[in-house]
Amino acid sequence: MSDRIFGVFGLLLAAFYIWQATRIELSFISDPFGPKVFPYMIGIVLAVASAIVVLKPDTEPEWPAFPRLFEIGMAVAVMVAYAFFLKEYGFVACTAIAAAYLSWRLGAAPLSAVIAGVLIAIGIYVIFHLVLGLSLARGPWGF
Amino acid sequence: MDTLASLADGFAVALTWQNLFLALIGCFLGTIIGALPGLGPSNGVAILIPLAFTLGLPATPALILLTSVYYGAMYGGRISSILLNIPGDEPALMTTLDGYPMARAGKAGEALAISGLASFVGAFFATWGLVFLAPQLVKVALLFGPAEYFALFVLAFATLGGIASRNQAKAALAAALGLGIATIGVDGQTGVPRFSFGEVHLYDGIDFLVAIVGLFALSEVFIFLEHRAGGAADDKAVKIGRIVPPWKTVRQTLPAMGRSTILGFIAGVLPGAGASLGSFISYTFEKRLSDRNGTFGKGDPRGVAAPEAGNNAAAGGALVPMLALGVPGSGTTAVLLAMLLALNITPGPLLFQQNPDVVWGLIAALFIGNLMLLVMNLPMVSLFVRVLLVPTRYLMPAVAMISFVGIYGISGSTFDLMVMIAFGVIGWVLRKLDVPLVPIILGVLLGDQMEKNLRRAMTIHDGDWTMLFNSWLSIGLWTFAILGFVLPLIVGRYFRPKIADEPIAEGADPD
Repeated sequence: MSDRIFGVFGLLLAAFYIWQATRIELSFISDPFGPKVFPYMIGIVLAVASAIVVLKPDTEPEWPAFPRLFEIGMAVAVMVAYAFFLKEYGFVACTAIAAAYLSWRLGAAPLSAVIAGVLIAIGIYVIFHLVLGLSLARGPWGF
Repeated sequence: MDTLASLADGFAVALTWQNLFLALIGCFLGTIIGALPGLGPSNGVAILIPLAFTLGLPATPALILLTSVYYGAMYGGRISSILLNIPGDEPALMTTLDGYPMARAGKAGEALAISGLASFVGAFFATWGLVFLAPQLVKVALLFGPAEYFALFVLAFATLGGIASRNQAKAALAAALGLGIATIGVDGQTGVPRFSFGEVHLYDGIDFLVAIVGLFALSEVFIFLEHRAGGAADDKAVKIGRIVPPWKTVRQTLPAMGRSTILGFIAGVLPGAGASLGSFISYTFEKRLSDRNGTFGKGDPRGVAAPEAGNNAAAGGALVPMLALGVPGSGTTAVLLAMLLALNITPGPLLFQQNPDVVWGLIAALFIGNLMLLVMNLPMVSLFVRVLLVPTRYLMPAVAMISFVGIYGISGSTFDLMVMIAFGVIGWVLRKLDVPLVPIILGVLLGDQMEKNLRRAMTIHDGDWTMLFNSWLSIGLWTFAILGFVLPLIVGRYFRPKIADEPIAEGADPD
């Protein structure tokens, strides 16, 4: 079932892709092939492959139960928030929180997760910023 | 003799303190990355590329660092296979079959030593193979025109989909996805934006490094969150035992190493096969040939030597098409290609002519790295055994954060981080659905070149399609492409790894 849904999604994607390809504006510079043909070819391959997946699906993968999916969703949310607040609050604070969250959810006890988060943040900061000179996001406190 | 002179020049390039130091770091990190379950050559190298890039390393040192990691990971994978019965990366899967029984019989040290030696033999001779085969391939590649190049890219996708994946339709789908992603952004030939929906960030296209790190590294974090494999590395009280194997055992395994090196190297050179297949073929072949008393699978040292020599030889072999043609045959070499492209170096015949110092310096560094790895993996192996005990609950957050640092370092853009997270989620879903990720990466990397060559061929011949098949070279390439894609469908049952037919851990880390 999952494969059929995935295949249908692939077909829709192929249709959307080809439709978008028809709307590519041509410029005055041109070659015999133009910018549209290659996308058409890809779209066709995508559509054919998706159709085969719909017709001949593999065995159903083991999807995790809802709590695990929720877990992954939360992790994604934390990462998005991380990307969002990185510039505002600086590298070390954001990284400590995000790493602590991840390590907590991967099974560390709360206190050791917090310690791990802080250590990971400081460790990366020291190695990559202070030693290797990589530029990291600066927060209001300068780190 | 030309080749040897170039190689000597290569050693002159590689033997600087900086390069030696980078090779040492790379070998060390690589062994750790290989040994840790969940981190393998391709995602390990993927995480390190943005870092090497933002550190502003020039081409040769950056490549030396990353290929040392690649070789190191091939050595390291065996450690957890033997000690914990968990392959540290996919190529090391076959090593568990005889390595773990040896460890349980109290001969872990011996198994580690034999496999370390086998890794060295495989990698060392494969590097010689690279030295002699790559220049020959370059000579052929110089005859290639745009039409032949286009056929070559098709060949790469076809064999990758045909040989290395379980479901050809899904491989083709993945390749189309990757190529589609590559078309996003301003068209290089006519300057019109494509598929960018008026979004300024998309005009430059999607940075392949962002896609690679998301697909390989972040999706791994999600897989771990799903299973919450927190205590994977619990200390099973592994006793290593003596590390020096008796000379008799070494002599007994030498023929196995030799045969496996040759088989592995060939498997590596073929596009699409890669190191996992190399170790699989070597093990099965060796078992058929020398398993007379039914000792294989119960702790036969030859069963450890064969897959390790095979996968290391394949790792060297896979560099041949990547360097000589610019077409990678496996996941990790695709990632290495990304590194070259990020540095604005196009591999292929021109690389050998215009930047011989890069190529030969790299090859010389591989020889040096191999010696370092031999030292690290024989006397110092107990050091890496300790690293195995780092629980994933602390390891994976660090991996995730380092991925973010790398991508942020390239562009400093929040948008790129978001795209990376999106690729992480997509990678997780695709892995659940058993869609191979390597064709996607290959598509993202090669899409631009593929289209450019197609259109160049059409411009030369004024839009005549049939000209794609008008030389013997291109007809040959097309034939191989079709055979490579179709034959496995027919005879695949016979020589496809049985184990590879079961989705192992959601297609762990591709090599």
